[in-house]
Amino acid sequence: MSSLRNKVIVAGVGESDIGKVPHMTGVGLNAQACKRALDDAGLTLKDVDGLLTAYTMTEPYFMLGTVVAEYLGLQPRYCASVAVGGGSPAVMLKHAAEAVLAGNCDTVLVCAGENRATGQTRDSAVAALTIVGHPYFENPYGPLIPGFYAMIARRYMHEYGTTREQMAAVAVNGRNHALRHPNAHMKKPITIEDVLTSKPIAEPLNILDCCLISDAAGAFVVTRADRAPDMRKRPAWLLGIGEFHTHEHLIAAPSLTEFGCRQSGEAAYAMAGLGPEDVDFAQLYDCFTIVPIIEMEELGLAERGAGGEMFLRKETAIEGRFPVNTDGGLLSHAQAGAGGGIFGIVEALRQLRGGEGPRQVKRHDVALVHNEGGILSSNCTILLGREAR
Amino acid sequence: MPGDLPAPIVNADSAPYWEGARNGKLLLQRCRDCGTLRFFPRYLCTACGSDHTEWAEASGRGTVHSFTIVHRAALPEFQARTPYVVALIDLEEGPRMMTNIVGDDALDVALGEAVTMAFEERGTEGAMVPQFRRGAGDV
Ligand SMILES: [Zn+2]
Repeated sequence: MSSLRNKVIVAGVGESDIGKVPHMTGVGLNAQACKRALDDAGLTLKDVDGLLTAYTMTEPYFMLGTVVAEYLGLQPRYCASVAVGGGSPAVMLKHAAEAVLAGNCDTVLVCAGENRATGQTRDSAVAALTIVGHPYFENPYGPLIPGFYAMIARRYMHEYGTTREQMAAVAVNGRNHALRHPNAHMKKPITIEDVLTSKPIAEPLNILDCCLISDAAGAFVVTRADRAPDMRKRPAWLLGIGEFHTHEHLIAAPSLTEFGCRQSGEAAYAMAGLGPEDVDFAQLYDCFTIVPIIEMEELGLAERGAGGEMFLRKETAIEGRFPVNTDGGLLSHAQAGAGGGIFGIVEALRQLRGGEGPRQVKRHDVALVHNEGGILSSNCTILLGREAR
Repeated sequence: MPGDLPAPIVNADSAPYWEGARNGKLLLQRCRDCGTLRFFPRYLCTACGSDHTEWAEASGRGTVHSFTIVHRAALPEFQARTPYVVALIDLEEGPRMMTNIVGDDALDVALGEAVTMAFEERGTEGAMVPQFRRGAGDV
């Protein structure tokens, strides 16, 4: 594969209204995010000749890529639905970049999200809760998504000494940042004590260790880097990107403490010619509080076993040494199906541009975004730059 | 609570596994070319790609690799059982599988401890699912 480094830009980003948005459909939320992303880039639907989206659990659509294109009135020459769970948005950026580089299209609109909070029927809610488990060899035992991550957390705590307080600090970090975000789902401050005493879901995880269920969609626009001067605002340059897929179901995971984020990160760093020491801030996938701790360590942003302490010491705060999840993440900003990880890309571009007021990080030349789907099954790591490099 | 949960879904890959369970046996697939044991049942060996497969009976002994105690279940039929243990077991023979820990002392389960196979009836047709209880007792 030829390198994608410096070949494409993320030209604009948008997010829908977030939280409980009962007056809008899931696809409608995607359309709203798409419109805002195109406005952000200074483009219109007429400029779009490629479209990627993920999947939906709340609305009975089959070919969601062409469903969204049809809804928007687009007739793209490149279009697909990508289904690698929460890893989908980052993987879609990679596929979009590859399609642009191959000359399949010039400008790809990428969107993901659902009306998970208010649009679920009983059947779709049950399906959403059980679809991640292996239907034949896991689901007979009544696991649930938090339960899978709870088993990872317990093993990780056992092997590397990660503590419940450190995991709680991940939730508090996200909440503190969401409080500074005008569109975040959660608006109420929380403390470590609140997380530790919140309702148990699957030990050792409590309800405040678990991501939100939101109505939310996000979108971004990918185009050729030579079009950067034509964009309305400063874009982000794609410096490096890598994906790696190790399993789908937890029974088939090679390990409960080593995951494909290691390989996806190494591929992204190699493409960019950068290392963890060059990254200024990160938007990590935080479906459960253990996950960003593992990602920090697997991506080389913390020593093995030291990721949790970075959260507890507030080094991951916006004012800290290494800001993480500056929008609040899936724990406090928004989570809606495949849409959760897209907001990491949205936030990365905003931070790289600068001017986010009380949420703005000091050093903002290189951002790392990590998405994962399934049970840390599908991993994709992105390095974005304020400039080509 | 025998039979209060739905029977497992049997398909072409797994029919011998579930038939074994009905007869009190935990069956694993073994590759006839490279000898690798695998769980869960599949058409090809995940080590060498061979489609020459035989079934081998496991000892029913293993250790707890990790576990969780579920307080909020996804489905109502499991909510009635909360709190219950879901665990990943490393079988003596090597493969890892998911199970509940059953028995009166299930909630005292600890990481790394020995567990022994048990079976639980599901549905109304005598289907059995492999389960594990604490301790290295008789299978
Ligand atoms: Zn083999």
